[in-house]
Amino acid sequence: MLDLFEYQGKQYFARFGIPVSPGGVACTVDEAAAAAEQAGYPVVVKAQVQVGGRGKAGGIKLANDAGEVRTHAGNILGMDIKGHRVERVWVEHASDIDEEYYASFTLDRAAKQHLLMLSAQGGVDIEDVARTDPAAIVKLHIDPVDGFPEATARRAAVDAKLPARAQDGVAAILVQLYDCFTKGDCDLAEINPLILKPDGQVHALDAKVSLDGNAAFRHPEWEEFGETEVLDERERLAKEKDLQYIGLDGSVGIIANGAGLAMSTLDVVNQVGGAAANFLDIGGGANADVMAAALDVINHDENVRSIFVNIFGGITRGEEVAKGIVEGLSRVELRAPIVIRLDGTNAEEGRQIILDAGIPADKLITKPTMLEAAREAVRLANGSEGGG
Amino acid sequence: MPQMRATERQRGSGQQLRRLQVAWPGNAVMAIFVDQDTRVIVQGLTGGQGKFHGLRNREYGTQVVAGVTPGKGGQEVTAAGGESIPVFDSVAEAVAATGATASFVAVPPKAAPAAILEAAAAGIGFVVCITEGIPAQDEARVFNTLLRQHPSTRLLGPNCPGIISPGKCNIGITPSSIAQEPTAAGPNVGIVSRSGTLTYQALYELQQNGIGVSTCVGIGGDPVPGTSFVDCLAEFERDPETHAVIMFGEIGGSAEEEAAEFITANVSKPMSAYIAGVTAPAGKKMGHAGAIVSGGKGTAQGKMDALAAAGVKVGLNPTEAGELMAALVADL
Repeated sequence: MLDLFEYQGKQYFARFGIPVSPGGVACTVDEAAAAAEQAGYPVVVKAQVQVGGRGKAGGIKLANDAGEVRTHAGNILGMDIKGHRVERVWVEHASDIDEEYYASFTLDRAAKQHLLMLSAQGGVDIEDVARTDPAAIVKLHIDPVDGFPEATARRAAVDAKLPARAQDGVAAILVQLYDCFTKGDCDLAEINPLILKPDGQVHALDAKVSLDGNAAFRHPEWEEFGETEVLDERERLAKEKDLQYIGLDGSVGIIANGAGLAMSTLDVVNQVGGAAANFLDIGGGANADVMAAALDVINHDENVRSIFVNIFGGITRGEEVAKGIVEGLSRVELRAPIVIRLDGTNAEEGRQIILDAGIPADKLITKPTMLEAAREAVRLANGSEGGG
Repeated sequence: MPQMRATERQRGSGQQLRRLQVAWPGNAVMAIFVDQDTRVIVQGLTGGQGKFHGLRNREYGTQVVAGVTPGKGGQEVTAAGGESIPVFDSVAEAVAATGATASFVAVPPKAAPAAILEAAAAGIGFVVCITEGIPAQDEARVFNTLLRQHPSTRLLGPNCPGIISPGKCNIGITPSSIAQEPTAAGPNVGIVSRSGTLTYQALYELQQNGIGVSTCVGIGGDPVPGTSFVDCLAEFERDPETHAVIMFGEIGGSAEEEAAEFITANVSKPMSAYIAGVTAPAGKKMGHAGAIVSGGKGTAQGKMDALAAAGVKVGLNPTEAGELMAALVADL
């Protein structure tokens, strides 16, 4: 899953014909002033962060001339909004707003169908609307086999009690947004607010788009989005090596195969009194290279005091995992000892490979069960913390 | 076909079936979805994963009768013992030649949706797809296409480890060495699990406790699984040789909550469960497209509470869930 910034979401919307305000992205005050000239005054300067509440934090400002753009862009760039540093601003032509609506498409996993949500109450947190006035949100399930014809869009606009003069424009945008959601392989395509202007035009004033990473193979145009993804140092390294990694704050490095087993490994480490330094799923079919890469990523985390390798082979074969560990140990000087628990496909061969490699016990310990291995890893992590 | 057997089970009472097994003590006990009569084709038998796991399935005793790879029809794949498995260009040809009833789809994400629909169109009743990384839009389209155009085809997966009825049939990548065979006397336990490797962990925990497994189903962790917890629980409830059920879930979505509702209304057999992801941070995707907590929904605690309220014994880790199951079956 890849969450887009507002400006990227708007550029993505534009590919599918959804009307957005003219504007440009800027990393500096000069770029912001140039973008404002292009867009035409007055403009809105908007902080590009993937967190809500940026307006209240002072991250959205109206500017009537170049001086105001420079002042606001200068203040907003570098600003910290709820722990997110503002690296870019989006500068767009300010719109006159008559009304604000809400529209989104997502997958309803329980119903196994697409879900349209449309409301005449936009511009506010939709979850608040859902709590206070659920009847104000039209929810419509769409069978992916049928798609979303314009007649259905029009009915939804009527059901949402949008004014007659907004219905044509909203229906057209809904059809385009569904196109963006399906052909554009989004997990979520949301417009909040979707605005009605005094001249009767409807357009997207904001854009929230999450892309389905599994569909990247058919979207070469997504490559540019990956470059701006917000990652810490460890996550960046893991991404380069194509590993499913999430950095956490504990001292037990975790390597497991399968998301479920990796999550369970975090839980078990937690239950026996430790804290995981990361989530790392080496996936199905992981081979020696992947294992060695995983060890390298963990080794870059200076909080790590022990490394718990928890493998239950299915597609992943035990001997490949073992080769990776031996290879990893020969390539890099690991900062912490490994505790390994290996079961499943070719686990016996794997254990033999590790045994034959003659790795000393202060570098690698084998334990027969997940719980015993977790206890050992936590003991090592907590013990070596005490000893410096 | 599995569907036909399910119907027979509904008609006949559990008592009759029990007598049948006594009459043929050498015969294996029941199972859900697949058993010793299931005839399996492997779509992608000539590829790396398909060949490795397809042949392992065959060595286990599964009736792997054919392979399908477009453009490689007429070739053969050599199994252990020198026997050869014929490869066909299409599923329809493979079904016509071998009477296959199930398919193991082991092809890349780009090709998997078409492979699943091809199997369904050729009359395959049970399709197991292990492929990881299929776009969610494709999954939703395939699921609803099957529902409307091929209602008699059940899809297991995608992104799942597959299914094993120990001693009878293994389709997918489950390591069979950890699957304890069921006994005619019982008690035997059914397993249903979302995540692949946790499915193996569940098998392992039951093996450690010396408990036989009727069938172990890995439903997969993707957003639109073909087969749900509820589908499996309904089958296990009907299966006379499944005496208790263990269920492993994880954070994200609402499948476990739906299972809890179903259990309250429909499941009489004792159950234990484990939910992974108690310590997972909110808003972070943990490998599975499925495993994400968003908007306070789909938390591990919420799922554990729902299952406990449905009368399920909930363990805090896989081992505890196994021990809880051992205590439950000891009382049977």
